[in-house]
Amino acid sequence: MTLVVAAEVARRDFVFKVDLTFDPGITCVLGPSGAGKSTLLGVVSGLVAPTRGRVALGDEVWVDTATRRTLPIEARHCAYLFQHLALFPHLDGLGNVSYPLPRAMPRAERRERAHALLTKLGVGHLARRRPGSYSGGEAQRVALARALAMTPRVILLDEPFSALDRERKRPLIALVRELVTELAVPTIAVTHSLGETRALASRVVRMAQGKVLEDGATEVILADAGHDDDLAPR
Amino acid sequence: MDWGPLYLSLEAALMATVLAGLAGIAIGALLANPRTPGRHFFDAIVAAPMVMPPTVLGYYVLVAVGRKSALGGLYRDVVGSDLTFTFHGVVLAAAIGALPMVAKAARTAFEGVDRKLLAAARTLGAGRVRAFFTIAVPLAAPGLVGGLMLGFARGLGDFGVTLMVAGDIPGETQSAPLAIYDHVQAGREHSALLMSLVLTLSAVAILFAVNVLTARHTRSDER
Repeated sequence: MTLVVAAEVARRDFVFKVDLTFDPGITCVLGPSGAGKSTLLGVVSGLVAPTRGRVALGDEVWVDTATRRTLPIEARHCAYLFQHLALFPHLDGLGNVSYPLPRAMPRAERRERAHALLTKLGVGHLARRRPGSYSGGEAQRVALARALAMTPRVILLDEPFSALDRERKRPLIALVRELVTELAVPTIAVTHSLGETRALASRVVRMAQGKVLEDGATEVILADAGHDDDLAPR
Repeated sequence: MDWGPLYLSLEAALMATVLAGLAGIAIGALLANPRTPGRHFFDAIVAAPMVMPPTVLGYYVLVAVGRKSALGGLYRDVVGSDLTFTFHGVVLAAAIGALPMVAKAARTAFEGVDRKLLAAARTLGAGRVRAFFTIAVPLAAPGLVGGLMLGFARGLGDFGVTLMVAGDIPGETQSAPLAIYDHVQAGREHSALLMSLVLTLSAVAILFAVNVLTARHTRSDER
């Protein structure tokens, strides 16, 4: 299904105005701080209400300011991997990952599924431990497991690998690519890193001051961008 | 020595803590939400009993729920007894004293909860109510418990509002602070001292427990 975002948001410093469509697969959104990247994720997830415009996934309208329709955040099933991960500190790994699973599902089944997801992401040993004791990479994997537990219809990744060093970044990028391919849903990844963008996405949107500057294939958009070496072997 | 007033105070303070807890936590949550209109004004209204003379506060309560008032009449029709100059009045007086303590502590506790966690809960499929009870309340719990304990201590020691609203009827509305006053007036120094010591120890024990709770919470935040 295709995600359509045609929205306007009045921010303090600029007016965010985009008209974008996202097909299944990963699109990286690049731009300096204050470009409107996080606003884009907010508009899709429902955490930011557009002043004007429309957001729809396939035939389902999520927001339409003309008809005053707004689908509640919790009904969108947007897996949002926050930059600061936002793991619930009072819940252990199982508690965090089972949180988005339907409450109608028996508790034992929820925990079993959560455990399977943690194991799939290589952090099964964190099932009974709380986030305060995780390393950066472990926390990232648990947050990813939690985001994917709900069977998402759209995936939003906000600087998903910023807290990781080069060694930990590479396998996680490969894992995200694999999971997105498996789920086949529109995925928007916000990043500053050209290396991450090349490794993750086939499409790039470059933004500044709330507007889209460029939108196209990664190799075309980044052809003259040079190389940052955050993922290059050393 | 008659320990009845102390039991009456404990019973009234417990019931008042439940009432002030329910109202104070809800008020604290509303005041902590930046989207609540006029929240600083309402905060001042809620906190006013902390700085107002107890007799003034007691007078307002007496006017609002006294026998001749509409609210007092409604209470009598529903419950079958008056609110003022009864044990219920002692509970109300203690609850009024406890409410600002609980509401203030709840506001601070809820403001300390990272709003990004609540946003994350919403994106993970939780409605506002579920996000509040599964994320905000557990994370604010140490502050809420601290506020309830302070509210209980405040309710236990109330004098002025209780005297105005419930009077000083031995065996019916005479709380421990009022009994101490009567003991002193009657020259029963020993009884006054004993009851004062019990109230002092209770207050110190409660404040110590609040400090321990706060320190534990701070340590777990730093980890």
